[in-house]
Amino acid sequence: MKLLKSNPVLTLFNDYIVDSPAPSNISYLWNFGSLLGICFIIQIITGVFLAMHYTPNIDLAFLSIEHIMRDVNNGYIIRYMHANGAGFFFICVYIHIAKGIYYGSYRKPRVFLWTIGVIIFFLMIIIGFLGYVLPFGQMSLWGATVITNLCSAIPWIGTDLVNFIWGNYSVSNATINRFFSLHYLLPFVLAALVILHLIGLHQNGSNNPLGISSNVDKIPFHPYFSYKDYVGFFSFFLIFFYFVFFTPNLLVEPDNYIPGNPLVTPTAIVPEFYLLPFYTILRSIPNKLLGVIGMVAAILIFLILPFVDISNVRSTQFKPLFKLFFYIFVVNFLILGWIGANHAELPFTIIGQYSSIFYFSYFLFIIPLLGIIENTFSSIITKNNTPLFYFLNHKL
Amino acid sequence: MIDDGLHPPTYPFQQLNTFGTFDHASIRRGYQVYREICAACHSLDLVHWRNLVNVAFTEDEVKAMAAEYEYRAGPDDNGEYFNRPGILADPMPKPYPNEEAARAGNNGAYPPDLSLITKARHGGVNYIYSLITGYHEPPAGVELREGLHFNPYFPGGAISMAQNLYDGIVDYEDGTPATASQMAKDVVTFLDWAAQPELDDRKRKGTQVLIIVSLLLALSVWSKRHRFSSLKTRKIVYNPPKDWSSNPRDLGKK
Repeated sequence: MKLLKSNPVLTLFNDYIVDSPAPSNISYLWNFGSLLGICFIIQIITGVFLAMHYTPNIDLAFLSIEHIMRDVNNGYIIRYMHANGAGFFFICVYIHIAKGIYYGSYRKPRVFLWTIGVIIFFLMIIIGFLGYVLPFGQMSLWGATVITNLCSAIPWIGTDLVNFIWGNYSVSNATINRFFSLHYLLPFVLAALVILHLIGLHQNGSNNPLGISSNVDKIPFHPYFSYKDYVGFFSFFLIFFYFVFFTPNLLVEPDNYIPGNPLVTPTAIVPEFYLLPFYTILRSIPNKLLGVIGMVAAILIFLILPFVDISNVRSTQFKPLFKLFFYIFVVNFLILGWIGANHAELPFTIIGQYSSIFYFSYFLFIIPLLGIIENTFSSIITKNNTPLFYFLNHKL
Repeated sequence: MIDDGLHPPTYPFQQLNTFGTFDHASIRRGYQVYREICAACHSLDLVHWRNLVNVAFTEDEVKAMAAEYEYRAGPDDNGEYFNRPGILADPMPKPYPNEEAARAGNNGAYPPDLSLITKARHGGVNYIYSLITGYHEPPAGVELREGLHFNPYFPGGAISMAQNLYDGIVDYEDGTPATASQMAKDVVTFLDWAAQPELDDRKRKGTQVLIIVSLLLALSVWSKRHRFSSLKTRKIVYNPPKDWSSNPRDLGKK
């Protein structure tokens, strides 16, 4: 017997990415899973090499980054790949999530897979934030100050908790040390979650654009989708390396090239571009505690998708109303990001508030309502006797 | 908005083009402008003498330039500190020993280090160029405090740095007419090089990488289409049985 099918470890490899049955009709949007794997590997490899030259000290961190940029052989490639790689990681994960929403990949029987995915996304945000603090430029210092101060909104223990996180009474050397430690640790937790994500995927296999069972026509992962993934990888690399080598600072806030100075506050404190939508939701709610809750809820609300979507049909291909509102949701998400990049002044604040309201309404009201409406229409067409409450009469 | 400063126009710096690299003659002239004018107040901490070798000067030229400055070294065998001439490994000399001295010498303002200045400001080279050539008399109704100068590109409009570039203030060794705009272009090119000395190397490697990845992408598209060709051209046919009574499933019932 082939070693691939007899060795206990290689068998796993074989089951997951060689002989794994995959639907024949999955589109290029299904490439983003493996692309995220590539992003993750890029971050791990470049990160390990950066850590060999980086110094997690409040006085030396900025200089050690410049040492990497100027003196380490090809150090600028490693650092620009890591910095831009984080941005591309999030771009890929947003497309991956959007694909999941569009094709109903969150629905039964893939609820576990989706849940792990949302937790991975949440952990990615934390890791991204921790990493952004490490160069210790102005935006690192003040971003860290703003975000860690969010914990002070927690009643009773808030201030103590913030001091516990800082290890001091302000963002200081202790803070940057522990942030470096955690930024190195948490990706391994992420890797474990990714394995859970793959186990979850393996149980039922990939969803497909039609959203119906693909068991009648499955093809092996290799050579079909392994070769299709190469196309995705090299397309990704073409864009990614264009950014790394030709416009490496396009996605970076210029203020982060000024060494962190606790005595000078930047005119505008903005997070990295991929966190701007959630930053807008935070700023749109006037109350500090509710703002923090709103921001965290905006991330975790993806968890309720499998339970609020009561439509009988999985894929948005067959749901015109759902499709319309899906695209409105995507545009609304981009608007939230655009608002976050602007100063908190009229008209941006009011647009941000309406966008935030729509963001939550989409999950809490629009998706359930669309399910009722679409189920009703489909039951009228199929001449069901009780159209209006059709959804109540059926197993959800 | 005056708080953000006037938006700078885009100038044709050749390193801003996708495949554009630095004008090295301009870096050489720009170093002269920095040394003779800017270096009186602004440090360039992250740049070392060795960085200039084979960029804008020969090794012998840089060694001679470095040796003009004295650096404190030691302790020697007797525990004494002493001064020695600069070597290639030394950083650019600082105009002031510390921030307090810099503020005391500049009316309370702190001249920022210029090592990363073109990367650390919105608008980059266009902003710096606009700023150092953009001084005006303050418009009617604008009152400036003593020691401040009107500059529409500076956020807030009032900058502590005075105008420093005037026609003919520098004598270029290559005979280039030293107009204010020429000097501004040269010093901004020099500062942009100081902020990203890897730019030329980065773009050369980037070009190689893009060519290789493009070839691999073409290869992967071809091999993917090759692998999928049989799947994409398959024909799915349903042939209903002509005689339903001979359906194998029904055989047992009869």
